Amino acid sequence: MEQQELIPHLFRTEYRKIVSVLCKHFGFDQIETAEDLASETFLTAAQTWPLNGIPPNPVAWLYTVAKNNAKNYLHRHSIFDKKLVPELKKSSLVSVETEIDMSEKNINDSQLQMMFAICHPSIPAEAQVGLSLRILCGFGIEEIADAFLTNKENINKRLFRAKEKLREEKIRIELPAPLEIDERLATVLTTIYLLFNEGYYSVSNDQTLRKDFCFEAMRLCKMLTENKISNKPEVSALLALMCFHASRFDARFNKNGELVLYEEQDESIWDKELIERGAYYLHQSTTGNKVSKYHIEASIAYWHTIKADTIEKWENILQLYNQLLQIEYSPIAALNRTYALSKANGKKAAIIEAEKLNLFDNHFYFMLLGELYSGIDDEKAKQNFFRALSLAKTQPDKMSIQKRIDKLK
Amino acid sequence: MEEYALIMRHEDGSKIASPEQMQAWMKQTMDWIGGIAAQNKFVSGTGLPFDGARVITTKNSKPVITNGPFGEIKETIGGLIVVKADSFDEAVEFAKGCPVLQGEGNSMEVRKIAKNDGVH
Repeated sequence: MEQQELIPHLFRTEYRKIVSVLCKHFGFDQIETAEDLASETFLTAAQTWPLNGIPPNPVAWLYTVAKNNAKNYLHRHSIFDKKLVPELKKSSLVSVETEIDMSEKNINDSQLQMMFAICHPSIPAEAQVGLSLRILCGFGIEEIADAFLTNKENINKRLFRAKEKLREEKIRIELPAPLEIDERLATVLTTIYLLFNEGYYSVSNDQTLRKDFCFEAMRLCKMLTENKISNKPEVSALLALMCFHASRFDARFNKNGELVLYEEQDESIWDKELIERGAYYLHQSTTGNKVSKYHIEASIAYWHTIKADTIEKWENILQLYNQLLQIEYSPIAALNRTYALSKANGKKAAIIEAEKLNLFDNHFYFMLLGELYSGIDDEKAKQNFFRALSLAKTQPDKMSIQKRIDKLK
Repeated sequence: MEEYALIMRHEDGSKIASPEQMQAWMKQTMDWIGGIAAQNKFVSGTGLPFDGARVITTKNSKPVITNGPFGEIKETIGGLIVVKADSFDEAVEFAKGCPVLQGEGNSMEVRKIAKNDGVH
């Protein structure tokens, strides 16, 4: 790897580890310090490597520098505290262990604990995603702002508030107690899934960045499967689900960056290896007797890895959606269920069910109605597509609806 | 929005129909429930298999346990689901779609769920 690529690459993989370990060491009170010390480490690398050459083991070099930076920081502050502010003697800083443990085990433990701390139920979901992107995945503020289609100031404010909240709530960087694990894990999984969807469905044009988001979400999920305490069936189910979805990542866009609908995708570019990995984790998820929404969604995603339109496929998908909606309603699941119904039971049955959904502010709802009426009542189909067009917000959505209208003429 | 129980009363299908017919009814029931859930109106549901069922009555102030009901009469409760609805009428509309009504003599009973507010 070239030097100009190496540092950004290492930043992505190592920044989060250094921050997690330092933050675990200092506590959330000093999270900015941990971030500063980690950034300083990379700054030192960027300044010295071009002059002195890349060290033989760049990662170990970074860890050593980070350790020394932290040590110096603690030392300075302990002198400051002892000499100038004697009443602060009791403060945690003075008694803090100055040796930073950068062993692989501590890095893994710290990251896992950090994941649970950041995904604490007291922090708003949006802030959890932002903090995860920054601290657990090492994305830059600019990249995060890009993904959320906002500016750096907004992201900085959002992250600042989230960190304040972590301090106010005195959230500790540790794994939850065994009795709490299921509940806390649910929030962690929600955040990971949000992070994945941020990449998968984001309106941002940056393809590479979006893919990175997806793979980062999968990496975090995989980390959960690698720890005994957090390796629950629903974790494997979520990982399976993400593998199946991600297998279509490249097929979902054409050369011009336009979205390619599932039916029109070239399945020869679906990633077979990811499909196999998904199947492996889906199998892993069947230990235990709990069926989570991730199990059902992963099974639905599994059926979608088979391109051929068979009654068996759609009947299975329909029944899975029937089950999913009983566990957790969402408009998108209701729409997808109705689409599966049209494939399994016919368009006429699906129209009756679709007319009951009443999702009048959702352009996908009118797209579905348009699709169902096509070939049965083209005039009604057109009316629905026009309503969808008036509700659609993004250019690619509008374009794909217009294509459907043109087909009817 | 209130909650209503939709109670299915029907005879034991396995006594009168083939496994294929049973499976078709099962699918119809799942599609019916899925349709309610797709409107965000499903609360909970449970099937009540007839196998091994017992009835407890009191005779001379003592409990008497008998086997059954066996689902041989069309008034036997076979299952129930709880839905959200704005009115009895809406709950009745949901009930009308239940596939047990395809069997002559079977019935659906719609009952409002008491609120746990100390009044009802």
